[in-house]
Amino acid sequence: MSAIHVPAGPIELESRALSVYYGGTPAVRDVSIQIPDRKVVAFIGPSGCGKSTLLRCFNRMNDLVPGARVTGEAIFQGQNLYGTGVDPVDVRRRIGMVFQKPNPFPKSIYDNVAFGPRINGYRDDLDQLVEHSLRQAALWDEVKDRLDDSALALSGGQQQRLCIARALAVAPEVLLMDEPASALDPIATQKIEELIYELKQNYTVVIVTHNMQQAARVSDLTAFLYLGSVVEYGPTQTLFTNPREERTEAYITGRFG
Amino acid sequence: MSGERPGPDVRVPRPSVARAPEAPPAGEPPPAPTNRNDDRFDVRLRARARFGTVFAVLCFLATLIGVLVLAALLVDIFRDGFHRLTPAFLNGMPSRFVERAGIKPALVGSAWVMVLTAIVSFPLGVGTAIWLEEYAPNNRFTRIVQTNIANLAGVPSIVYGILGLTLFVRGFALGRSILAAAFTLSLLILPVVIIASQEAIKAVPNSIRLGAYALGATRWEAIRYQVFPLALPGIMTGTILALSRAIGEAAPVIMVGALGFISFVPTRPLDGFTVIPFQIFSWVSRPQVAFQELAAAASIVLLALLLTMNAAAIWLRNRYTRKF
Repeated sequence: MSAIHVPAGPIELESRALSVYYGGTPAVRDVSIQIPDRKVVAFIGPSGCGKSTLLRCFNRMNDLVPGARVTGEAIFQGQNLYGTGVDPVDVRRRIGMVFQKPNPFPKSIYDNVAFGPRINGYRDDLDQLVEHSLRQAALWDEVKDRLDDSALALSGGQQQRLCIARALAVAPEVLLMDEPASALDPIATQKIEELIYELKQNYTVVIVTHNMQQAARVSDLTAFLYLGSVVEYGPTQTLFTNPREERTEAYITGRFG
Repeated sequence: MSGERPGPDVRVPRPSVARAPEAPPAGEPPPAPTNRNDDRFDVRLRARARFGTVFAVLCFLATLIGVLVLAALLVDIFRDGFHRLTPAFLNGMPSRFVERAGIKPALVGSAWVMVLTAIVSFPLGVGTAIWLEEYAPNNRFTRIVQTNIANLAGVPSIVYGILGLTLFVRGFALGRSILAAAFTLSLLILPVVIIASQEAIKAVPNSIRLGAYALGATRWEAIRYQVFPLALPGIMTGTILALSRAIGEAAPVIMVGALGFISFVPTRPLDGFTVIPFQIFSWVSRPQVAFQELAAAASIVLLALLLTMNAAAIWLRNRYTRKF
C-alpha cells in the first residue's frame, strides 16, 4: 500500500507531478498530493526539504523568485493554476498566504486590513469587513479602540493575527501558512493554533511547520517531506502514532532533522 | 600581531577550585577579587577603554575641522556683506552703481531654474529608479545602464553645460533661456536623484512587497501603495540635496548663456536669465571693494536659500516618517 494517502471528500487543492527548480537542482521533485476542502493539512520535514517551496506553488509566489521554474500541475478547484490564461494576481486573491515573520504594512491597523479589499474593488461596507476580518482573526477586542494606530505598535503575536485578518479580508478560499508561529512566543503560538482550528470551519488551511507538536495539535492530515519528495502523507493521528515509512518514524522520533 | 603577548594557551591548567583561600596576613589589605580563569585572558580593560576614547577624540577633531571652516566662511561673508543686505538690495536690479545694485533678477532666476529643475528631474529620476529596482530584469542591459548612471554622477558640471548648449540651446532652439538651464541642471542632478531614490527603494523590506502580492496586488499596486510611500522620505531627501547642489552651480548655466548683466526680471520659462552664483561671480570679478561686499551679500542670500531647502527636506522627511 502506498504511503501517499488519498483523502476522502471533495478535493480543494492538488498537485500533480509538481517539481520546482531553483537553477538546476530541484527543490521539489515530482510531488502529487491532494488537499481536501476545509481541512488543515500540515507539511513537516527537516530544513530545506522543500515544504515551503511546495506551499508557495499553490499561490504562485514562486513566480516572484528569480530563476525558479515550476513543472507539473497545481490544481485548485479543478483548474490548473499554472495553465495558460491564469492570472497569478487572481490566484493570490483566492488563495491567501501568511508568512513566517509577521509583515504588517507600516500603516494603521485599519489600513492593513482594508488594503486588499480596496485594491480588489470591494463594494460593500469596508468598516464592517475590517471588523469582521479582525474578529475572525481573534484580534478585534484588542484593537477595536485603536484602529488608527500603527500596526507596528502591536506585539509580534498581534501582528501575525493582523496578517491573518488581512489575508481573510479578501475572502480567500484557502489559507497557506508558512511557519506562522515560528517567530512567536508560546502564548502567541497557542493563540494562532486555536485560530487555525477555528478557521477550518470556513477555509482550507495548509500549514508548513518545523514544530511536530504543532502539526499534531492543529492538523487533520500531515505530509512528511524529505529531499523534495513526499515520503508519507496521511491522517495526522496515524502518521504520528503508526508511520508506515521508516524515515517518517525516524524524523518524528527526533532521530534526524 | 603583538609579539610580546602569546595567544591564549589552552593547555594552561586551571587552578584547582577546591583550594581553600589563604587567609590574608594580618595588617595587609585583602587581595582584589579575581576570577579563577583570569590567567587565561589578558583582559587589558584600561588600554581598550583608552583606545575608545582616542578614537572618539579623533572623530570629534575631524568634525571640528569642517565646522571651523564653515564658521570662518560664515564670519567672513557676514562681516563683508551683512550691511549690504537691505530690502533695496533684495528688490533691486543690477547696476554699475553699488548703491543701487540689487539681486532681484538673479533671485527670481534661481527660483525659476530650481522649480523647473525639480519638476523635470523628480519624475525622470524616480521613474528610472523604480524601473531599475522593481521592473528591470537582471541582464547585461540593466547592468550597463546602472554602471553608466554611477559614472555620470562623476562627470564635471561644465561638461553638462556644453551638452546643454548643444542640445537644448541650439538643438531644441530653446535659446539662452531658463528652460534650457533647467533641462541642463536636471541632467546634471539626475544621476544623484536616481541613485538616492534607488537606495531608498532598496531599503524597503522585501516582506512588504510579498505581503502586498499575497493579497492579490499587481506589481503597480504593490509599488504605488506600499513600496513608494515607504521610500518617499528617502527619495525626497536625496532629491532636495541634489537640487541644492544644482542651485549652487555657476559653470553649466554660464555655458547655456546666463546673462552677465541683466536689466529685467524674468517672467516666463523662455526668458533670458541669470542665477545667484553667476551674479556672485560677476561681482567678484570687479575690482571695486564695494562689489566684493555685494558678492558677499549675495552669498548670504544663496546660503539662506540652501538652508531653507535643506530644512524643507528634513521637515518633509520627518513629516512622512513620523506617520508610522
